[in-house]
Amino acid sequence: MQYDSIAQQLDNLIRGTYSSVELTRHYLDRIKQHAQLNCYISVLEESALEAAQQADQARAAGNAGPLTGVPIAHKDIFCTQGVKTTAGSQMLYNYDAPFDATVVSRLATAGAVTIGKTNMDEFAMGSSNETSYYGAVLNPWDTTRVPGGSSGGSAAAVAAGLCSAATGTDTGGSIRQPAAHCGITGIKPTYGRISRWGMIAFASSLDQAGPMTRTAEDAALLLGVMAGEDPLDSTCLAADVPNYVESLNKPLDGLKIGICEDFFAEGLEAGSEQVIRESLRVFEDLGATISSVRLPHIEYSIPAYYVIAPAEASANLSRYDGVRFGYRCKEPTDLADLFKRSRSEGFGDEVKRRIMVGAFTLSTGYYDAYYRQAQQIRRLIKDDFQAAFAEVDILLGPTAPQPAFSLGEKTGDQVAMYLQDIYTIAGNLAGLPAMSIPAGFSSDLPVGLQLIGNYLDEASILAAAHQFQQRTDWHQRVPASMAAEN
Amino acid sequence: MKITDKVVKNIAELTQLRFTEDELAEIGASMTETLELVEQMQQVDTAGVEPMSNPLDATQPLRPDVVTEGDNRAIYQRIAPETQDGLYLVPKVIE
Repeated sequence: MQYDSIAQQLDNLIRGTYSSVELTRHYLDRIKQHAQLNCYISVLEESALEAAQQADQARAAGNAGPLTGVPIAHKDIFCTQGVKTTAGSQMLYNYDAPFDATVVSRLATAGAVTIGKTNMDEFAMGSSNETSYYGAVLNPWDTTRVPGGSSGGSAAAVAAGLCSAATGTDTGGSIRQPAAHCGITGIKPTYGRISRWGMIAFASSLDQAGPMTRTAEDAALLLGVMAGEDPLDSTCLAADVPNYVESLNKPLDGLKIGICEDFFAEGLEAGSEQVIRESLRVFEDLGATISSVRLPHIEYSIPAYYVIAPAEASANLSRYDGVRFGYRCKEPTDLADLFKRSRSEGFGDEVKRRIMVGAFTLSTGYYDAYYRQAQQIRRLIKDDFQAAFAEVDILLGPTAPQPAFSLGEKTGDQVAMYLQDIYTIAGNLAGLPAMSIPAGFSSDLPVGLQLIGNYLDEASILAAAHQFQQRTDWHQRVPASMAAEN
Repeated sequence: MKITDKVVKNIAELTQLRFTEDELAEIGASMTETLELVEQMQQVDTAGVEPMSNPLDATQPLRPDVVTEGDNRAIYQRIAPETQDGLYLVPKVIE
């Protein structure tokens, strides 16, 4: 039952094949059994079973919501009231959030059971989950490899059958890249689709939440619950949220798909390229027409991102001062020592590096050459995408330059790690909806296919992904060591 | 652009971070590496391009000027490292 989609689980909960308590207990047992994967920072056994019991009672009383009884996990970047919320950092090792993130409260209101909080790169800064203070997460497909990051715990938990689905956040690819490496489905919607209230900030003009699931149908279901205006986040869009599930089967006949040729340049692993090229046939069979598009400024995505993201992070992370919450150094000699030592001891190396770079690029005399230039390039990248969307309906390409790499392989090479997000970052800079779905294997490791849609048009990429999944079974493949029903 | 120890020390002061002498060299090298990566940006002619801070060029909406939050001090201070009489405690600043 651990690999049933949410749609199937809801069906089984309605029929009474199993209860939410049974399903939740099943996942809790599996989490213990596969603890070595290190997917979770906190497992909420007691409160999850209590919520499952309430879900079963609500269903019996005829009061079921759209997700009643479905056990989900939250990336540990979402504040959960009274529950430790660490953002993968020692800085927040003792932070019991005093409120719920909007994403958390919306999913709870829809009936979902929160089973735990998943591991992640520290403050979402990383592409391998190796910067977490709580240790690396192992990829369930090959435990010598990384699950991707920063939502690596969420991706690995879904892939290992340790929850029905999980939430993630994506600032430069942090939902899509781990989804690709773990063989699951993940969507980052349009910037502003989902409220950022209670989502610990990394780079506020790029951060966006989204669901990580087994199928595009489940992603549509969860996105519908998570999205929508929120008075608590002034950047959250007031746009109507369509019924994403209803439009999943809208025929792809005549859909114009553009191939991002720039994504197939040097650096893409041959096996991954083959998988992506072969997927085109499936879309053609479904009636879509394929053409090539060029995004001339895409090569400047990584440089622009590594100015904008650290700059915004340096401002966002200035709140951690050891005074009001979180880590405080032992026996500070004076106020300056309290600030400096709390921050230097509480933050890990990658976080400190990015704070330093960000503060430098924002400092007097450098702002125009760095931050302003990056924001101008950002508009050129957006304009490239808008020119492409005048010709085609959705864009297609790889999610990552190669399948999951080995633990430790890139930790000593900062730039090699940054280049992992080469195909995903442009979607964040432009603020476009983008998703990754499993499309095949290279050397026995899952390969993710990326679909990018126009603003607020999550429905088109979800429909394309869903119908691809009706014709293929890549999304149903599971790691052999995780398949047993116990 | 090469980041010198002097620059690292200045930025460390601005960001309230402290590094040992060994760490200074390491962080300087790492900053230099990142700045070399972003240097490619300077090849792009951006004259006349409006900087983009929001993908949909959305502006911040104003909300009615009414009180929406009650007094949550006790709740927020429950997770503070040290408080006294509803105040956050820090080491003595004025002798």
